[in-house]
Amino acid sequence: MEEAGALNAAFSARGLNKKFGSLVVAHEIAFALPQGARHALIGPNGAGKTTLINLVTGVLTPDSGQVVLGGEDITHFAPAQRVRKGLVRTFQINSLFARLTPLEAVTLAVCERRGVAASWWRRLPDFSEAIAEAGEILSSLQLRSCATRVTSELPYGEQRLLEIALALATKPSMLLLDEPAAGVPKDESAQLFKAIEGLSNDLSILFIEHDMDLVFRFASKIIVMAGGRILVEGAPAEIARNALVREVYLGKARHD
Amino acid sequence: MTSLTSAGAGDDLKIWLTKRTRWRGAEIVFWLACLLPYALTPDYLQLASQIAISALFALSLDLLLGYAGVLSLGHAAFFGLGAYTAGLLAAHGWGEPLTGLAAAGLVAGVCGFLASLIVVRFRGLALIMITLGLAQMLASAANSVSWLTGGADGLQGVDVKPLFGVFSFDLWGRTAYAYSLAVLFLVFLLVRRITNSPFGLSLRGIRENGVRMAALGAPNQAHLRKTFTIAAGIAGLAGALLTQTTETVSLQTLGFQKSADVLVMLVLGGVGRLYGGLVGAIIYMIARDQFSDMNPEYWFFWIGLMLIGVVVFLPGGILGGLSLLTRSWKRRAP
Repeated sequence: MEEAGALNAAFSARGLNKKFGSLVVAHEIAFALPQGARHALIGPNGAGKTTLINLVTGVLTPDSGQVVLGGEDITHFAPAQRVRKGLVRTFQINSLFARLTPLEAVTLAVCERRGVAASWWRRLPDFSEAIAEAGEILSSLQLRSCATRVTSELPYGEQRLLEIALALATKPSMLLLDEPAAGVPKDESAQLFKAIEGLSNDLSILFIEHDMDLVFRFASKIIVMAGGRILVEGAPAEIARNALVREVYLGKARHD
Repeated sequence: MTSLTSAGAGDDLKIWLTKRTRWRGAEIVFWLACLLPYALTPDYLQLASQIAISALFALSLDLLLGYAGVLSLGHAAFFGLGAYTAGLLAAHGWGEPLTGLAAAGLVAGVCGFLASLIVVRFRGLALIMITLGLAQMLASAANSVSWLTGGADGLQGVDVKPLFGVFSFDLWGRTAYAYSLAVLFLVFLLVRRITNSPFGLSLRGIRENGVRMAALGAPNQAHLRKTFTIAAGIAGLAGALLTQTTETVSLQTLGFQKSADVLVMLVLGGVGRLYGGLVGAIIYMIARDQFSDMNPEYWFFWIGLMLIGVVVFLPGGILGGLSLLTRSWKRRAP
């Protein structure tokens, strides 16, 4: 653990451990993301990626170790509290509001963040700033043209983008993208990652992805997990050369 | 046009959202048509008043179920609390209707808030069973304190004073219907306002996907507590109206059948559409009136048949079916 590096980081996990009975699902997990990072988390199925996300977002509490966001120890914060602090995730399987339009869904998230969602007397159209902000978020992900269509009728690729748009509406400083391109055709997934790449530089992003082409193209740093621990962490070129990684992960047949 | 281009980026979106909150022609026609019984069926004003009261009760359940997605099988508890509050006040010398109505709404609302502290911690079947259990407990308690409630005989001696000190509650229901309809309309305006607010949007979010709402940092339980309290208060108003317009209170106002009836009305009319409960109440109450004239013992057979027909063929209720029809008609004739 580099204490100095972790202190400057936008986000850091420090020595996270988690056991279910005798099963070790996370062992001394430590990593840090600087502001604006685009890091990838990879590893075979069962490597502990989901456990790690759950530890970071607060669904699970670590047996020991710390989760630090912007210099603040949030290890014992509830999930919703972490969201309000700026730590937000998206879901591998779409978790959307089927009968709302993207406009309504993103406006809803913006209103919740701005603390006006409890307002029951003023009409929604009167909240011009929230609506304008929702419009900007939708535009930034090329969702503006389908903003007023019902979510359940949108093409799958647009639904994946909406998944990210909802997270952006909470103004996160740290975004966890759980397989953002899951189920998206290959030619569209690169576009989706381009949109992610183009998001604000203030935003630190950690994404889980199985498609190695996308990982090597869009990640500035790659964290490789296996068996509940971090195997190695480094720039794409280093990871590609690493013999251990090739043996454990890249060399074997991938299961998606 | 210049204002369109120079103004903020979200203007078209704002216009789209504004359109959704606008009063439609059909709504105005509906409310004007509510006055027709005075001209067309003056002998049925008592029934019309009962319909308005049921509609108010169904409206409160619609806020809870149709918008927040909380299914309660014990909503009559709050109807009954309102009914007994107004009844007890009137039986003990406080017969002024408007203050009695307000007191009933307040008591039901406070009890609704207390119940919500338990209810909103649960979801799905557990939540339904808790609402059912709370209502059953209340009904039993009301039965056992017969010195207060009159027990199975009902509350005696309810004496309601004239409305505004002028309009007494006559045998034909002229005052009753005007009173019930006015309260229904005012509460409807309130509920309509709520559903068009950011809070209303958050409720729909909880209904659609509570897990994602939490992942967006939304305080789901606080939102639901507020909704449960408002819905209970409105149910209490409906109960008070029934007491004041009929000058009796029976244990049935608290019973399971009452909770089931209001759910049936809402499903018949269409859940989550504001007018669903209103239309459902009209159809249900008129059907009950007609069917029980034909065959007093088996009228619920026909209600059951109607209910099955609606959920099989019109999953969005009668209003859902109508809106499908008008949409396809508009598409065909542009």
